[in-house]
Amino acid sequence: MTMTMALPSRSRPFWPAMLRGMLWAFLFAMGVLVLYPLLWMALGGFKSNSQIFSDPFALPASWSLENYLAGWRATRGYMLSSLLVTLVSTLTTVMISAWTAFGLTRTAIPGKPLVVGFILGGMMLSPTVALVPLVRMLQDLGIYDSHAALILLYTAFRVPFTTFLIRAYMLDLPRDLDEAAMMDGASPGQIFRKVILPLCQPILISCVVLHILFAWNEYLFAMIFTNSPGVQTLPVGLTSMMSKQGTNFAAVFAAMTISALPIVIIFFLTQRYFIRGLTQGIGK
Amino acid sequence: MAQSATRIRTGRAPGAPHPIGQPLAALWSMRWVAVALGIVGWFVYYPILNNFLVSTTQQDIFTGEVTQVGLENYRRLASDPVVATAMWNNTAYALLSILFQVFGAFWLAAIIEGLQSDRWRAIWRAVYFIPSAISTTVTGLLFYFIYQPQIGILDGLMTGMGLGHLSRVWLGDSTTAIYAIIAMSQWQGFGYSTLLFSVAIQKIPQELFDAARMDGAGPLRQIWAITLPMTREMTGMMIIVTVTGAFQVFNEVMVMTAGGPNNSSQVLGTWLFEQGFNQNDMGYAAAIGSLVFGVTMLCGVAQLWYTRRRRVEA
Repeated sequence: MTMTMALPSRSRPFWPAMLRGMLWAFLFAMGVLVLYPLLWMALGGFKSNSQIFSDPFALPASWSLENYLAGWRATRGYMLSSLLVTLVSTLTTVMISAWTAFGLTRTAIPGKPLVVGFILGGMMLSPTVALVPLVRMLQDLGIYDSHAALILLYTAFRVPFTTFLIRAYMLDLPRDLDEAAMMDGASPGQIFRKVILPLCQPILISCVVLHILFAWNEYLFAMIFTNSPGVQTLPVGLTSMMSKQGTNFAAVFAAMTISALPIVIIFFLTQRYFIRGLTQGIGK
Repeated sequence: MAQSATRIRTGRAPGAPHPIGQPLAALWSMRWVAVALGIVGWFVYYPILNNFLVSTTQQDIFTGEVTQVGLENYRRLASDPVVATAMWNNTAYALLSILFQVFGAFWLAAIIEGLQSDRWRAIWRAVYFIPSAISTTVTGLLFYFIYQPQIGILDGLMTGMGLGHLSRVWLGDSTTAIYAIIAMSQWQGFGYSTLLFSVAIQKIPQELFDAARMDGAGPLRQIWAITLPMTREMTGMMIIVTVTGAFQVFNEVMVMTAGGPNNSSQVLGTWLFEQGFNQNDMGYAAAIGSLVFGVTMLCGVAQLWYTRRRRVEA
């Protein structure tokens, strides 16, 4: 199932022995360059504040969980907001996109090229440009500083990309199955639910993972359109925690680690789907 | 493919005409796309159109006073030295990202895909990708600490390597701040593009490499003559995506310097934020937004042109 398995096996080494040692050293050095800062962050969460200053390179003097507990207490509320916004917007985005992609590939909507252009064209528009008018719009709707605002915006700005991925997948699906279902008198709704959606499972999973990654990490909208602690998500919470208790670096390190951990775990668990989603997104 | 597409022009079985008739049936099928059209139109297109209207006004978000000022904000934009700084910073961001995240990542992917062990190839790809999964807020804060003179590890490392005399307050020095941020961004992003290049390289038929080897081509020659041309599409797309991203950059700058010191690390996104949300000059912020729109639109058009040309060639 994975892409690597489909590869023809490499019968002979690509890199000559002489070069191989150097390349391994290089890859290893890059690995250290990537992992060491992250490790430093996670270890910093165990250190005391004074040790962070006196001895930045050392291992923690004592493995106390105190900072992690403090970090957890400080980020718990934000974590809940992030969870809510991420889950709901993932659901709405993927559902709306699958529904739309079906319409774009399997029905006779009038002016289809225009509709396709309009929805996929949304991918080109940057959130930065919409910021100023959105303030007034969200205030007029009465959802400024609410989870609903973030859910709506995350959905609206990600439907184009998600539809693009699912549509590409649906275009490649063989038509025989839905033709057969149609001959049997199934309605478009039934074909969507019973034939197409189950076939699209792989791409739907990629889309879910990609959206979780986006929503969990989004900062621009969350920073500008929310200001109460009960509504703010993790990325915003971290920066405000930083300005509130900026002197307690150890707790900030712990909080950073806590907020990065779930997404790294999700990445490792879903790597396979995730890579497929990325490939289809850009590589097609 | 095209044949079956024409056969299924309508989503309706031939034997089951819709009770209301064809035009209404067509309209009724719009239900599939109505929600997306509505939400994308309302929250993506409408605000962006509205941005152009706001950019010709001067308004105060507290008093709600709105005055028409025509192109005044754009005139200001043209003569604002910080906009020039920001444009340069965004450009530097784009150029350095192309260097590291497109060309650097290509070579890294070529090295990884030349390894024999499936497992190690997967491990390196995953390890390098980790920072891309983490939010820019976390990585930005992390590097904010790494660059700190007292607690950071960068200065310690440099002293250890005998380069202590070169160290400085990286984020507090107006000549280095933006480059320190860009460096963090390369650290975070190179694994993502390496992964994409890896996937593109895996799609190249192995026979090509085998044939080249028969002809006595060494690994570098194979990369030059096969891998590079066969991943040209990916490279082109990546350059465009990277440039678009570089002109929308916001998070890392906001978290690490907020544009300082002395606006030396402002990018268009943070300057828009500063003008609109700290100085409450929404009209001017909208004008900066239009500039971002112009640049990203150019990239978007380039991308469309590129994809279309590719399809024609294929």
